[in-house]
Amino acid sequence: MPAKIHAISYYLPTAEYTNEDFYSEFPNANRSSLEKIGVSSRRRVGKGETASDMAYAAALRLFEEHNIDPQTIDFLILVNLEPDYYTPPTSCVLHGRLKLKKQCGVFEYNHGCSAYVYGLGLAEGVIHSMGATNVLLLTSSVLTNTFHEKDRNSKYIFGDAASATLVTSSSESGLGPYVYGTNGSGYEKIIVEDGHARNPITETSFEEDIDEYGNISTQGNFKMDGVGVFLFSIHNVPSMISELLEKSGLSKDDPDYYVFHQPNRFLNETLRKKIGVPQEKFVHDFEHTGNTVQATIPIALKHLMDQGKLKPGTTVVLAGFGVGLSWISTVARF
Amino acid sequence: MDTIEEFISKVEQELDGIPKGSLTAQSNYRDIPEWSSMHALIIIALAETEYDFSLTGEDLRSCQTVQQLYDLIKSRKS
Repeated sequence: MPAKIHAISYYLPTAEYTNEDFYSEFPNANRSSLEKIGVSSRRRVGKGETASDMAYAAALRLFEEHNIDPQTIDFLILVNLEPDYYTPPTSCVLHGRLKLKKQCGVFEYNHGCSAYVYGLGLAEGVIHSMGATNVLLLTSSVLTNTFHEKDRNSKYIFGDAASATLVTSSSESGLGPYVYGTNGSGYEKIIVEDGHARNPITETSFEEDIDEYGNISTQGNFKMDGVGVFLFSIHNVPSMISELLEKSGLSKDDPDYYVFHQPNRFLNETLRKKIGVPQEKFVHDFEHTGNTVQATIPIALKHLMDQGKLKPGTTVVLAGFGVGLSWISTVARF
Repeated sequence: MDTIEEFISKVEQELDGIPKGSLTAQSNYRDIPEWSSMHALIIIALAETEYDFSLTGEDLRSCQTVQQLYDLIKSRKS
């Protein structure tokens, strides 16, 4: 049974961290090079607010903005790196909070930058193979909780957000095909190393490391090898898009828009030039949210919808890439 | 392949915070004021889009000067 994206909403926490706030904290940071990243403000999860609280808020927004009866949801999929409890699954707790019906399947998964496109595939999968008709796909990122206070790069790039997407069964296919790949040997390039099963927190977990570019973090905090991830992206994403277009029978001029995960405007512009996408089709949309990990694609899609740009018949290439290292893309038809 | 002067001019243009003429062939690019990972990304992106050349992190670490970077790109392309 085919599936399509029916509706999208998102939630941003209230606390804002602007570039003025950033430069007060890091007065020696190089403004002209940071400007190339393309962020002017971002939000941070509030004290006492959990990832599931944000996902809950995004779901309520979806129901309200799109006049959706929660009782019509027969599957909930959550992507979340910060569960409320070791067990039970946070997605089950959310099911209860959202007062969804009993005849509803629920599961969650852990993924980052690739999560949304994976989520669309999983939603389509449960529609096709498990008889679901209305799948609520929720994402939530509270990555700012993991940053070291002196980690200039992460504080500039990332923001927190949650998104809610309704994927429904459809008479015509609105998603696919998918092209995906993984380089698990690159797992250390984006990591919070200590604090879970492999490396429990020890007294060395919070000893400061300074990388070759002067950025500070620790093993107990989030760390990203920016240059390594940039190289990974430019070496894997263009070939993935070529493969996707070929698999879809499309030329690179056929899609109406290209909505990629939004980690860094400079990276995405480099990708756009390498792939050869015209500027007017390539969406840059994260200036006021930052890199919100799993939510960058749905936030950009929601804005396109609000602008009336996703009329019936519109085709959009979606691509997620990053932590894992992983990459995945699909074509969404509206 | 561009001359070293053309290469330097393109690097300066991309690193738009630095004054024109401030880089020479013997400059150590790490001496660029507030050298950061963003500068490294800019050089890598320039190599990709202008010269269709994939610089690695290791290449950047092993080169000291603009001349060495230029020579590396030129030698691998020919």
